[in-house]
Amino acid sequence: MQLARVIGTVVATRKDPRLEGFKLLVVRLQSAEGKDEAGYVVAVDMVGAGAGERVLIVQGSSARMARDGQDKPIDAAIVGIVDTVEASG
Amino acid sequence: MFLARVTGTVVATVKDEALRARKLLVVRPLDAHGRPQARTLVAVDAVGAGAGETVYCCRGKEASFPWLPETVPSDASIVGIVDPAANPGLVAANANGEGRA
Amino acid sequence: MILARVTGEVVATQKHASQEGRKLLLVEPEAFAGARAHGAPPGLIALDAVGAGVGERVLVVLDGYAAMTAVGRPMSPIDAAVIGIIDRVDALGT
Repeated sequence: MQLARVIGTVVATRKDPRLEGFKLLVVRLQSAEGKDEAGYVVAVDMVGAGAGERVLIVQGSSARMARDGQDKPIDAAIVGIVDTVEASG
Repeated sequence: MFLARVTGTVVATVKDEALRARKLLVVRPLDAHGRPQARTLVAVDAVGAGAGETVYCCRGKEASFPWLPETVPSDASIVGIVDPAANPGLVAANANGEGRA
Repeated sequence: MILARVTGEVVATQKHASQEGRKLLLVEPEAFAGARAHGAPPGLIALDAVGAGVGERVLVVLDGYAAMTAVGRPMSPIDAAVIGIIDRVDALGT
């Protein structure tokens, strides 16, 4: 899993039918310290995340292990909204 | 998948049993304009590609799927050969040689 | 998934059987709000699952199982697929 920050929304009317009803969000990858990393991904929102929120994403095959993710053609899912991250040295 | 050009062949006498009958080719990834990238990698050939051809490769564990049910330990495999006549842009830029490093 | 633009269609007569019957699209990953598309290789080729065409902005999955599921070809050497055509992307001003 990786920490990320919600930075955008995507609207796509024509898409795989198995993605109907899901919110697609652009998230910027972040370090544990909260610094932006170089990349972004578009992730399927499974938890009701919103603008600017710090979230937890899973990528790759594991994205389909998220609740509601089964058998869907997705490679990134938001599976949590982060309250705090404590760095331990 | 990603575009690449076949730049060499690899001969390895000692290798995984499942790779024994397979052709191992050195490929150099290309960008969307057919320009060669700096790195090279070795890909297992699934379609009969040859030296100098522009191809596209599958990466990751899916690269081992062309030979199912046999399990071939490949993380990059050539799964298509780009037609030179139908894709002049890609193949012409490719023929210019090194391009950007 | 990443945001990308379809810049070409690739023709390949000789290819693995799993790739037959679907368009092979050359897609150029797009940067967004100063961030680059994570995990996209140069010269990215994706199989079309939604009827996308040259010039359109699209969503591309970069995971094998997701791509195979999208094009309906399980256990195939496919690692990328176009699964949506983008109407709009909005930055959330953060």
